[in-house]
Amino acid sequence: MSGNDSRFFTTTKKGEIAEFKDELRSLDKTKQCDAVKKVIAAMTVGKDVSMLFPDVVNCMQTSNLELKKLVYLYLINYAKSQPELAIMAVNTFVKDSQDPNPLIRALAVRTMGCIRVERITEYLCDPLMKCMRDDDPYVRKTAAICVAKLFDINPELVEDRGFLDGLKELLGDSNPMVVANAVASLMEISSRSPKAGVFAISPQVLFKLLSALNECTEWGQVFILDALASYNSRDSREAESIVERVAPRLSHANCAIVLSAVKVLMKQLDLITSPDMQASLCKKMAPPLVTLLSTEPEMQYVALRNIALIVQKRPEILQHEVKVFFCKYNDPTYVKMEKLEIIIALVNDRNVDQVLLELKEYATEVDVDFVRKAVRCIGRCAVMLERAAQKCIAVLLELISTKVNYVTQEAVVVIMHIFRRYPNRYESVIADLCDNLDTLDEPDAKAAMIWIIGEYASRIDNAEELLESFLETFPEEPPNVQLQLLTATVKLFLKKPTEGPQNMIQLVLSNATQETDNPDLRDRAFVYWRLLSTDPEAAKEVVLAEKPVISDDARSIEASLLNELLSNMGTLASVYHKPPESFVSRARYPVSSGTGSVAVDYGAMSGPESSSGGLVGDLLGGDVTPATAPAGNAAPPTDLMGDLMGLDVGAPAAVAAAPPMATPSGADMLGDLLGGGAPAAPAAPAAPLDPFDLLGGGGAPVGGAAGGAPPPALPLPVLLPAARGNGMEISGAVKSLNGQVVYELSVSNQGAQPIDGVMIQLNKSFFGLAPTSPAVTLTPSPVPPGGMARGSAPLAINSAMVVPPGTAPSVSLQVAVKHNGSAGQVYYFTDSLSLDALFAADGRLEKNAFLDLWRGIPDSQEQSTRVQAVIPTGDALIAKLEARSVFFLARRPADNGMEAFYFCGKLISHHGYVLLELSLREGVPGIKVCVRSQASEVSPLALQCVEKLLLA
Amino acid sequence: MANTPSAETKAQLKELSTLAGVPLRDDVFDALVELTYLDIVPTAISQVVASLCKKANAVARSPVFVLDAKGKPIISRDFRGEVAYSCVERFNMRVAEMESENIPVPPIFLEEEVSFCHISHNNVVLLAVCSDNSNAMSVLLFLHKLVDVFKHYFEELEEESIRDNFVIVYELLDEVMDHGYPQYTEARILSEFIKTDAHKMEVVAKPPMAVTNAVSWRSEGIKYAKNDAFLDVVESVNLTVNSSGSVVRSEVNGALKMRTYLSGMPECKLGLNDKVLFDAQGRGGGSGKNKAIDLDDIKFHQCVRLSRFENDRTISFIPPDGAFDLMTYRLTTQVKPLIWVEVKVERHSRTRIEYLVKARSQFKDRSTARNVEILLPVPPDATTPAVRTTNGNATYAPEKEALIWKINSFPGGKEFLLRCKYGLPSVSASDEDGVPAARKPPVQVKFEIPYFTVSGIQVRYLKVIEKSGYTALPWVRYITVAGNYEIRFQ
Repeated sequence: MSGNDSRFFTTTKKGEIAEFKDELRSLDKTKQCDAVKKVIAAMTVGKDVSMLFPDVVNCMQTSNLELKKLVYLYLINYAKSQPELAIMAVNTFVKDSQDPNPLIRALAVRTMGCIRVERITEYLCDPLMKCMRDDDPYVRKTAAICVAKLFDINPELVEDRGFLDGLKELLGDSNPMVVANAVASLMEISSRSPKAGVFAISPQVLFKLLSALNECTEWGQVFILDALASYNSRDSREAESIVERVAPRLSHANCAIVLSAVKVLMKQLDLITSPDMQASLCKKMAPPLVTLLSTEPEMQYVALRNIALIVQKRPEILQHEVKVFFCKYNDPTYVKMEKLEIIIALVNDRNVDQVLLELKEYATEVDVDFVRKAVRCIGRCAVMLERAAQKCIAVLLELISTKVNYVTQEAVVVIMHIFRRYPNRYESVIADLCDNLDTLDEPDAKAAMIWIIGEYASRIDNAEELLESFLETFPEEPPNVQLQLLTATVKLFLKKPTEGPQNMIQLVLSNATQETDNPDLRDRAFVYWRLLSTDPEAAKEVVLAEKPVISDDARSIEASLLNELLSNMGTLASVYHKPPESFVSRARYPVSSGTGSVAVDYGAMSGPESSSGGLVGDLLGGDVTPATAPAGNAAPPTDLMGDLMGLDVGAPAAVAAAPPMATPSGADMLGDLLGGGAPAAPAAPAAPLDPFDLLGGGGAPVGGAAGGAPPPALPLPVLLPAARGNGMEISGAVKSLNGQVVYELSVSNQGAQPIDGVMIQLNKSFFGLAPTSPAVTLTPSPVPPGGMARGSAPLAINSAMVVPPGTAPSVSLQVAVKHNGSAGQVYYFTDSLSLDALFAADGRLEKNAFLDLWRGIPDSQEQSTRVQAVIPTGDALIAKLEARSVFFLARRPADNGMEAFYFCGKLISHHGYVLLELSLREGVPGIKVCVRSQASEVSPLALQCVEKLLLA
Repeated sequence: MANTPSAETKAQLKELSTLAGVPLRDDVFDALVELTYLDIVPTAISQVVASLCKKANAVARSPVFVLDAKGKPIISRDFRGEVAYSCVERFNMRVAEMESENIPVPPIFLEEEVSFCHISHNNVVLLAVCSDNSNAMSVLLFLHKLVDVFKHYFEELEEESIRDNFVIVYELLDEVMDHGYPQYTEARILSEFIKTDAHKMEVVAKPPMAVTNAVSWRSEGIKYAKNDAFLDVVESVNLTVNSSGSVVRSEVNGALKMRTYLSGMPECKLGLNDKVLFDAQGRGGGSGKNKAIDLDDIKFHQCVRLSRFENDRTISFIPPDGAFDLMTYRLTTQVKPLIWVEVKVERHSRTRIEYLVKARSQFKDRSTARNVEILLPVPPDATTPAVRTTNGNATYAPEKEALIWKINSFPGGKEFLLRCKYGLPSVSASDEDGVPAARKPPVQVKFEIPYFTVSGIQVRYLKVIEKSGYTALPWVRYITVAGNYEIRFQ
């Protein structure tokens, strides 16, 4: 049954559009049909054939079903660009929706729903309502889905015209497929509607769904099961009856049905009170889950990610099945990696021998990442199972003896973890490790080895010698190795206070305090130095104190998140192990009343005393263990203050968790900051904090602009309305004045008391802007009741106020303001920065320098957008951008009569230069903007900024 | 106040955004409010809103793409809005990025709030893009079923067949999915109303009853002169033996593959020697020829009435027309490896290696394995392999870095030998970086043993009842084949 449609693609000669036009108007039906095919072919390869709209629509009134379908397809594609003409099609649609042939009736409704043009939508309502009551189930099932489409375009229409009730009626339809589509449609609408309670499964509906389940098509069964998973049973008896009806689905050949059935069963399992019933249900679920591993690898991947959740919630279900997760040689790597996770989750004293034997085989495979993970898994077995630790070490030593470089390095890291879990137990292997000292070249492995030497310095005869060999390259080592070397040397000195170590410690301390620009290293060195010089005994107690042992975090998903993920089994959320709100945009997916959540660092095993929190850990007399580190690091995903205040913009999910403690802590912290007191370390140990920097007293010029700046003419946007500020209304914007970034503020006093002593503080932000002094100079001050004052606070980039790396770039600022009369009350608001405020006045580049920079940034990092703005002349454009310290470099003619303009700007933050290419035609709307930035993460912000400037 | 956004502006903005069908996020809304202070005329604001709306819509809702080997879309169908070709570019970029960083590309990944689910088949990639929390399992399975549908129509799914049949492909995409929800993927029934050659459809087709029927896999009115039902019991053995010679994992995946050529709407009932059923009927485990078996997990084709099976273990169904897998099952009890392969590696010198391979059949001598193929991996830099065998032929396949030993007929209880010598270059690449040669892949074995099953499953009866009263003859065959049969060696 092979076609030869490819002939329709072949006409590429000029004037084909005119030719299409002629053929479309042909009276010969075959010719006309062929012409439409050619048009569709052109559309398929991405040519714009929208100008043929009227001619194609003319072909719509045909009895040829194939032709009709093609015309409909064309309409779906182009109606949006030709909304006026699309109306022409409405009559035919309405007529087709009454055609005697159900195929055509359904086709008409289905297609109309796909045309996202408001005016067509209105005509859709009546035919859709009729089709929902059509005699033919094929039409009804299509209409059911169409309601969801309509909701997507115009939610009010669905509610006002009673479509929701219509859908609910369809739940009782005699045809199971109609029921399934209706429930899918309702579930979608209720998840997207901002209103609560649009649809919930009632016991009556439950009964209808359960009875449709047996009879409908395989996909319909998936819809119904997914809906059932949202049902909360009233009691154990009801739960049991649901289980009874759903359990047979486990024998279906369709793996999506099986997984959705497991989801329903897992939910009901919690409600069932009888332990026997629970046990038998668990037993029933195991074989189908295992069988999911016989499907295609893609589906295996989804299954494995879900099994990881099930295993954490109910390990008993698969506890005897570890063997089925052993990797096959030809499994894709992504499947193998997931299988390893499950193996580790299922390992216990009974099966550990078998698992170790298997892991050992994996460690000799070819795929480096897989091998490394296998080696790490051996370590995790040891950390989890005390009785197996000895065996694990034996396996690791055996692997080290193979002399495969990356295996050795990974094994050293792993053995270090085992030492931390079982201190003073396996030192005998140190000798074997030391034999491989010179093969270690990866930082993690080196750091691990050095940690071991330092920790066991008193039992290694030549510890001094070993450390000395590492010290030779101290200045060139990466930070984590340097930190380890520092600590290890201190330990060595405390354990063996002889001349050799003393010399070493002096060398290291001077190196680490004078010749480094790494604040972590320098600070830690100073702390050690003072400790050692004031009281060596105290130093001993601090540095050599007993450390808490570590534990493995294989089952580390936090309970509320785990439950949320389990209720989303089979969905994308269960694959990513992230709650749906975190990746479905808020505009389309209202935040449910659901649980708060934090990003969970899954399965990570951080190194000991690594740069994050190492110092704090040492001072507290213990390593930061992996068990606590994620908790500390993960809680503030973007910024501390935002979360606490509950007005975080970027992470809605995080907000829900925080509010109860909001005001007091937020205020406290701000108070601390204003007072220049202790660094806000407890929540964000990762950030290198220097108390001196926080005071902001450095060398930054204060108030340079205070006297000279005339009040600008433009009104400032209101940031804090008077109603929220107890009568104080604040307007403001971040601007660049004479090369100085300032927060321009205007305070309007609508209260009864005068306002003075206004102080401002900014939370950590992407660029790290912070006031150089918290006090805002206002004129007049104090601001009399009913009066208004203007002023500005100079801002500077402060590296301590930069959000941790990896946070999404953003221009939003979180601001806190207080004044003398506010009685400790602090007002919070958010503002967004316009990037052009951050361009330095000295950002002009030489042409050659520009070219070098431009070429130095890979094409792949270029970002572009199209702005629908009109620029009358090139000079106007140049003047416009130069005014914002975006400097013009060159212009040259480009393709299609366009002209390209090149600009550059330098950010005062560490992000460096932003280079721009603007292509446009004078006086014609449409400007193409391309950005290349030295720090590619700022490119999107630069694009937004330029877009704004151009449209201004 | 002069510098607060007027209620009018706000209302205007809200109206504009709802008109465009794009509810604005709060921060976007705020950004717009800020714009109003910059003395921007309302038309400019509406332009911004328009561009924002465009951006919001540019995220395609849930399109399905068929991409060629280079990642270029051949054909696509967007089920919820405009097709954004840009999302394909993003997909390609991310995949290229992961490949260059040696990260395995998972079949599902997230990129800026858009999820990409993809599978590949021959030289095409099927890609589904989702922007909400869709059922991932169902999306991937749908893509696989789509491949089956295309294969049914075009014999093979590849770039050319998609291009050659793009009209049909569009028609099919329209029918198999609606608004991102899989609807109907029964190729046989689809081809009753979507035909490759439209000229054959003089009468305008109607949707077959089956599309919405409870029996969605079979149309009425099928007629055969001779009514036959063929049942093949195929058991495939998956086995992993580790390098110390013990069986790590053994599993039997069985399938009852059926081909039916039956008229009307036949009611079928299948009887197996199922232990659970026998126990329920008080017949005990049986012995000898009537031994009952216990299957670990059974999966049925959608035609089988699952609740009936759950109640009384009766397998009753109305079969689809033609070929289908009626039932699959799994058995994890330890089975003796049917063909055992032992490899002894003798290293005479650094450059001269010799394999001594023993292959033994460990099943009863009344059965005979056919088409046995033993794949023996050799290092990629092996030179001049010289092979001798007691039975069968062995050839060196450098492209597979292996010796392939073929034995056409391998009776039970026999042992065959192979001896192979090969050389290695005196300086090997791996010596230089100090990395010893990576582990060799396992020995892989293929075979088939007719008239034999590992599980001992037996079809006791297959009853076919149709209201016209014809008698149909069931034909049953048994065969065991090697599936994933791996023997690791040192």
